[in-house]
Amino acid sequence: MRTLTEKDIESGTTLPPLRVDLSPTLVISTALATMDFTPVHHDVERARAQGSKDIFLNILTTMGLVERYVTDWAGPEALIRGINVRLGVPAYAGDAIVFSGTVVSREGAEVTVEVRGTVSLGDHATGTVRFCLPG
Amino acid sequence: MTTTAESSLHELLTALGERQIAVGEVRGVAATDPVNLPMIHHWTDAMGDANPVYTDEDFARGSVHGEIVAPPAMIQVWTMPGLARAKGAASPMDDVLGALDENGFTGVVATNCEQTHHRYLRLGETLVPATRMTGMSGPKTTALGVGYFVTWVVTWYSGDEPVAEMMFRVLKFRPREKKSEPEARAPFPLRPAVNKDTAFFWDGVREGELRIQKCGDCGELRHPPGPVCPSCRSVNRTHIVAAGTGEVYSFVVHHNPPVPGIETPFAVAVIELPEGVRIVGNVVGCPLEKVGIGMQLRVTYREMDDELVLPMWVPRES
Repeated sequence: MRTLTEKDIESGTTLPPLRVDLSPTLVISTALATMDFTPVHHDVERARAQGSKDIFLNILTTMGLVERYVTDWAGPEALIRGINVRLGVPAYAGDAIVFSGTVVSREGAEVTVEVRGTVSLGDHATGTVRFCLPG
Repeated sequence: MTTTAESSLHELLTALGERQIAVGEVRGVAATDPVNLPMIHHWTDAMGDANPVYTDEDFARGSVHGEIVAPPAMIQVWTMPGLARAKGAASPMDDVLGALDENGFTGVVATNCEQTHHRYLRLGETLVPATRMTGMSGPKTTALGVGYFVTWVVTWYSGDEPVAEMMFRVLKFRPREKKSEPEARAPFPLRPAVNKDTAFFWDGVREGELRIQKCGDCGELRHPPGPVCPSCRSVNRTHIVAAGTGEVYSFVVHHNPPVPGIETPFAVAVIELPEGVRIVGNVVGCPLEKVGIGMQLRVTYREMDDELVLPMWVPRES
């Protein structure tokens, strides 16, 4: 398990896509692992009663998956400095989220990646992740 | 509600917002548990995050961290209230969000979440959150309804040291009136002009067909429909069924004046069909800022009331 170095990364480098299937188990287990017990994330009847199609991912999980997407690629010792996410359409159970990303800047050891997480309804999360390469 | 009432409500909400911003940072309740491996493990399993610096003691010891560290994105998890909600943890947001609820802005949707991580957290650290309100703007018309954007920042402290911050923005909105029972559906206030020249088009829309008039003699297609072929002047006419795809040739986003039955702003486009004619229609099902010249569309049929169906256009999946 190798962490990328400065020579592996330049502006414009694209990250391999990551697809995460949003099974009800994933939506519920991540909601509970993030200590979020809001019913719309685990109780399909309650979610529908509030006008949602199904249970959906909570924001703490969106942040976690965005972080994971970048460190899966950058390596275990990449040091996450910031995660900036603009939230879009809900990510419902039964759907899948596909992450894509591009390096938009590298200044020395600090790298900024633009990340997009798309579900069938459109963009669920768009934003940037900043990290430092260990040096 | 009258305009005067709306503007005095706006003043009230704005004043409350400014007061709460002036309150500054308010400390919350300390985390129930210190940063710990079982919660990290549970989180990494659920997220599918295999990064060994979070869970593998040997790997972590040999890493830049020298020991196990918590995933940065877990920051908010440590101080979540959990099922037994922490009592007495007043936040400067309570009054503002409560006042918005009381005035009908009951809908809530998060729009932004921005975390800044100053350093990684080690096992055993106990975090204390502190919240400050930083902004409120509105009323703004959004796709969900009219609402206010409210922004706050949480800083997490380990002892006296700030270790991470999170800016969070929500839209508190007045949910649109729900469509009531089918029999109570109000008639849509606008009706198309249907006559002998155009009836075939509207009959087609009800059948889910986009019909384009065709000259019965020279075969030229024309839209909008009319009695005489502009090319050969024949009055014989028939129609074809278009594929139902097209691209934006030109468009406007209509803000004013208000249009009965339609929420502003909305997008109206001239759509170029692959059959060679252009047609005017609303572009729906996507944010207005996504609408642009050349955008690929497909037709959809919207029931406006019990009788009227209108063709509209939605983005075409590639």
